[in-house]
Amino acid sequence: MREIPYDDIVKHVRDIIIYSASHLPEDALNALREAYENEKSPVSKEVLKQLLENADIASSEARPLCQDTGLAVFFVKIGADVKIVGGLLKDAINEGTEKGYVDGYLRASTCDCFSRANLKDTVGYNLPAIIHLDIVEGDKIEIEYAAKGGGSENVSRARVFPPAAGKEGVIEFVKECISDAGPNPCPPITVGVGIGGTFEKAAISSKHALFRDIGSKNEDPEMAELEEVIKTEINKLGIGSMGMGGTETALAVHIEANPCHIASLPVSVNVQCHSSRHTHITI
Amino acid sequence: MSEVYHLTTPLTEDVTRKLKAGDIVYLSGTIYTARDAAHKRLVDLIEAGEELPFDLEGSVIYFVGPTPPKPGDPIGSAGPTTSYRMDSYSPTLLKHGSKGMIGKGKRNQAVKDACKEYGGIYFGATGGAGALLGKQIKSAEVIAYPELGPEAVRKLEVVDFPVTVINDTYGNDLYQMGREQYEVK
Repeated sequence: MREIPYDDIVKHVRDIIIYSASHLPEDALNALREAYENEKSPVSKEVLKQLLENADIASSEARPLCQDTGLAVFFVKIGADVKIVGGLLKDAINEGTEKGYVDGYLRASTCDCFSRANLKDTVGYNLPAIIHLDIVEGDKIEIEYAAKGGGSENVSRARVFPPAAGKEGVIEFVKECISDAGPNPCPPITVGVGIGGTFEKAAISSKHALFRDIGSKNEDPEMAELEEVIKTEINKLGIGSMGMGGTETALAVHIEANPCHIASLPVSVNVQCHSSRHTHITI
Repeated sequence: MSEVYHLTTPLTEDVTRKLKAGDIVYLSGTIYTARDAAHKRLVDLIEAGEELPFDLEGSVIYFVGPTPPKPGDPIGSAGPTTSYRMDSYSPTLLKHGSKGMIGKGKRNQAVKDACKEYGGIYFGATGGAGALLGKQIKSAEVIAYPELGPEAVRKLEVVDFPVTVINDTYGNDLYQMGREQYEVK
């Protein structure tokens, strides 16, 4: 049994939240640079130039890339041989989240679902974090983190199709979702597609797909091919950066597929704006 | 071809009626921030015939909820939020003298119609460029609804704040025009 102090987890979480808010990871930067090179529309090219300048200013001056510093989303794998000393894992992640958002001068974007009141006086600053937990072999804790903004989350969709819909149905569903979204999710976007499982499994898979490095290849060749097909279809829509018209709308499509019920084909689309603030650490 | 303008607020109708979708504008002067909750309150005040926290005539309203400023800075990161959530309120504000809105994303037909009728412009700023845009804001002061936190109404002084005309006073929409040009059927 390996003992990990509660406070260590708090500190790690605080630090990755502050760092991620102002430092776009290399995969996201490279994807934006590539889009800048390839973009045919001068208006969208200008937007991409601004985004790269923005990333420079943000990292060199430690300013948040975007005022929407998101809800904090975590996928955590805890080894079965880990014992956390001094408190619960969930509490440590929430405490680290609050410290990160307060100490980093990040915006608290959590509110009550109907009164819309900001909850910082009742439960904490930008809390609760969204935490997906899994128990695995070993004596480490693996934390994947992303700050998820509202604009791109708002255009996300899930639907359970009959099996006959097949790949064509999936392609059409994703295309329709992105076409209707237009400029709203801050393109160029990364599109997470969760396929199979149950209704909620598809949704969680579509979220987790966004944590993959942009430009990395799907390990399943069939899914890798489907990702390319969907990306090409999306880029034919002509939406461009910030919807101003252009050839580069999707930086990447990431699919996570699961086995599913013989009666169902669940599909979920979760969209990530160009400011793909994601990172991972192992403790 | 799109033109480049340097404009100072408040905007007048003879200026807004010159602008066309796709034009690039560098705005300077005073602008006001308001998001969902503040818009509802402003419209409620208008309907009740009460005084607003700022003069609407010629005003430009920026849809933004900035991050908290670091010590010594006037404001934190301050890029636009998605505008459609303000669609039900914007026509009333345009009718009562406001001449410009800054946000990102599509507006509905009622907003586009109100732009035509009252000489208003919907400007797009680059979403997610909050660090870059925040630097063009030289001062910020909360003038109403401090309890709304990031959604409070702020008076901002901006210099050469870069925006693009999305919806002009002629019913044009840059999002439609741009997309039609690059769509592969």
